[in-house]
Amino acid sequence: METLLIILVVILGVLVVAQAARVLEVSSSLKKDDTSDTDVTDKDNRTQGLLMLIFMIFMFGSFIWLMWEYKDVLLPGPASEHGVDIDNLWNISMWLIVIVFFITQTLLFVFAYRFRGSKKKKAVYMEHDNRLEFIWTIVPAVVLAALIIYGLTTWTNIMNPSADDEEPMIIELYAKQFGWTARYAGNDNTLGYANVGLIEGVNTLGVDGDDKYAKDDIITTELHLPVGKPVLFKFRSQDVIHSAYLPHFRVQMNCVPGTATQFGFTPSITTADMRLREDVIKKVESVNAVRETKGEEPWEFDYLILCNKICGSAHYNMQMKIVVETEEEYNNWIKEQKAFAEL
Amino acid sequence: MSAHEEHDHHHEQSFIEKYVFSMDHKMIAKQFLITGMIMGIIGVGMSLLFRLQLAWPEKEWPILEALLGKWGTDGVMDPNIYLALVTIHGTIMVFFVLTAGLSGTFSNLLIPLQIGARDMASGFINMLSYWFFFASSVVMVVSLFVESGPAAAGWTIYPPLSALPQAMPGSGMGMTLWLVSMSLFIVSSLLGALNYIVTVLNLRTKGMSMTRLPLTIWAFFVTAILGVLSFPVLFSAALLLIFDRSLGTSFYLSDIMVAGELLSNQGGSPVLFQHLFWFLGHPEVYIILLPALGITSEVISTNARKPIFGYRAMVGSILAIAFLSFIVWGHHMFVTGMSPFLGSVFTFTTLLIAIPSAVKAFNYITTLWKGNLRLTPAMLFSIGLVSTFITGGLTGLILGDSALDINVHDTYFVVAHFHIVMGLSAIFGMFAGVYHWFPKMFGRRMSKSMGYIHFWITFVCAYGVFFPMHFLGMAGLPRRYYTNTSFPMFDDLADINVMVSIFAIVGGIAQVVFIFNFFYSAVRGKKSTQNPWKSNTMEWTTPVEHIHGNWPGEIPEVHRWAYDYSKPGMDEDFVPQTTPLQEGEEEGSH
Repeated sequence: METLLIILVVILGVLVVAQAARVLEVSSSLKKDDTSDTDVTDKDNRTQGLLMLIFMIFMFGSFIWLMWEYKDVLLPGPASEHGVDIDNLWNISMWLIVIVFFITQTLLFVFAYRFRGSKKKKAVYMEHDNRLEFIWTIVPAVVLAALIIYGLTTWTNIMNPSADDEEPMIIELYAKQFGWTARYAGNDNTLGYANVGLIEGVNTLGVDGDDKYAKDDIITTELHLPVGKPVLFKFRSQDVIHSAYLPHFRVQMNCVPGTATQFGFTPSITTADMRLREDVIKKVESVNAVRETKGEEPWEFDYLILCNKICGSAHYNMQMKIVVETEEEYNNWIKEQKAFAEL
Repeated sequence: MSAHEEHDHHHEQSFIEKYVFSMDHKMIAKQFLITGMIMGIIGVGMSLLFRLQLAWPEKEWPILEALLGKWGTDGVMDPNIYLALVTIHGTIMVFFVLTAGLSGTFSNLLIPLQIGARDMASGFINMLSYWFFFASSVVMVVSLFVESGPAAAGWTIYPPLSALPQAMPGSGMGMTLWLVSMSLFIVSSLLGALNYIVTVLNLRTKGMSMTRLPLTIWAFFVTAILGVLSFPVLFSAALLLIFDRSLGTSFYLSDIMVAGELLSNQGGSPVLFQHLFWFLGHPEVYIILLPALGITSEVISTNARKPIFGYRAMVGSILAIAFLSFIVWGHHMFVTGMSPFLGSVFTFTTLLIAIPSAVKAFNYITTLWKGNLRLTPAMLFSIGLVSTFITGGLTGLILGDSALDINVHDTYFVVAHFHIVMGLSAIFGMFAGVYHWFPKMFGRRMSKSMGYIHFWITFVCAYGVFFPMHFLGMAGLPRRYYTNTSFPMFDDLADINVMVSIFAIVGGIAQVVFIFNFFYSAVRGKKSTQNPWKSNTMEWTTPVEHIHGNWPGEIPEVHRWAYDYSKPGMDEDFVPQTTPLQEGEEEGSH
């Protein structure tokens, strides 16, 4: 890769130097008031038309190369139940896009080459063609109708997880410049009342100590989730808008000060199982290859929550680790955490 | 008319009247263009600075210390100035270059010339429009030099971040100046747009019916309507933000503790700002794009020596896009917690835009079919525009779909999408316009060789910069990150960032060729003939040397549409709009 970049730089460098020389040449010819540098000749049309064709081949080639070279750096498959639906819809949309991309760009650049002008030719006079125009209005409309219906069904299912029989576990995700905190609702599965106005000392989330639902709330700085159990995140922000982005689960929701937002989903793969998946292994290898050259510690895969809404100077480093584990492991972990009343 | 002419001949204009406080639309167009170019150099320059940081995080660059001073101590960029650069880059490119620089230049130059008018409806308001723009540019540039740094909350300036100076240094004086500058900008934009609308409706020459208008004018006209309907909403959003910042109101603020201080604001909603902002923000995308599409229609038809395919469908799709652009703003807000049902509605309306857009793309491609393409630099940029419009537009199908937006919202996928579909397309349209109408603006020709060089380096680098960003987005990389090094999961993206930055730097430097060609040709270029492109539209019936009132005698009458290229039975492969119909000839598109 490194060498490829160097080659790229060299090629671009040579191009630039060559072109700069050409600019000088051209500008000196301008001084002589050379008339040939304004009107387009048949030779120009040939050269530029050919360049259009070459560009197209180069563009398609780079596109395929990028897909091949960087297939391992992309996010691994979804680790949540609804994520599977999102990825299906994504793949269908992507295939459609890629096909339309290749067809239309080919037409565009091939026409630019094929119909390059010459003094001898004359263009065909053609104002419109109702049948053609009807076709390319109706075909996109039908395809889009299908995409919209599929998309909206998926969206509605994701946003209304209440259809699940099982009552979700309630967890508050609390954002502030520049970190995340989680608050589990405890045995009663109900979060105690909280407001920024009540923040004091160790009570960094402003939980109302007098609220009976608050006593068993559990505040943690790492997020543990039992696999296969629905959770409902309630988001809160202390200062500015943040966005809770959990890319591996295909989850994102803004945390808006003064406004309650939520997102429900079911994690479907434990961290341990995820680390054994082929795409994750490849991703980890590709990351660690880079880290090794920099002399850094090898990295192990973990789920993360990132902040994805600009929130200030350390926005780029606002993260929290997420562990998805078996119910048993989760129960052991949660038992060790202190309830709010014990703080 | 003769009294008017006499007046012109006897009145010698002073330097200030002619070049500074000019009321002539052709001079005002040049003023918009050159101010836009200067702002463009600043905006693009900033992007090169933050690309240095993104490709080589926290590396020492002496140039950064020289340019950024205390924000670049030892040549390492400060995270706050990184955010400020991103913010001001976005603001300048969207508003100052691609709104004022593009629409301001070409609406001013072409509306009177192509519809057959002596000038804009109000020359004075037109002059005010430019000078408000100038003042707003000055304030924006001044904001770069304040102690606490320029605005840094992103070009969308979402409160509370933008409302609270405690939240980030950029939300202090820098944000105040940003708001002042944008308020002036909105005044400029409204004055300009009202003038364009009135001029198109009232000052068309005899015979120039709406259905004979060139597509450029249709695009500028609809753009102006979009501006008039949407910019005031941004103004109210900005005004309420000013109140929240300075007068202690709570339109956007509620339940906030920042930097250890509990604020007394209650009951406001930050999401309200987003609704107001995007009510302008989305039409704004089309305020930028439509003029570029209008220019492309004209340039492609002229240089393909063929009528634009489906004139009426093109006008219809401009109107459809403009209408839809007002009811899709919520697609920027799918993950704000707004009602999922509302999200569904916005997904529906957003994806509908693909239909008129597809019609436009297919019509451009069909216009090329069996044409006699004269591949001028303007034509190359127009073909480039069609290419980027398609590439960028297609990923809109992903981002407009609420279910898919969840996982790529605010990632580099979005950065790739909007830069290609509106950034590149609009800037290509602007370049096409400059190359095509340069003879009209300066009476001289630009060098075609330098134009070719400029196009190819720009085109290759543009794709080289933005295409790989899709992959960054699909790897889950959020935008507006000062560095990715805090997350090992992004370590293997470093290569892509280096590649992107190299293309950006080469592409940025290549613009020197254009600037040189522009200024050199303006002074020393070959003198142009009256109608160098053998074009049909009316601007080419005016004399090469600019005169006040545009036509020396009567304004010519229009007898046909603008697209009679290669019409059978005609001697030449073009028939100017002012040529009367021959006996038995049928008018095009009727």
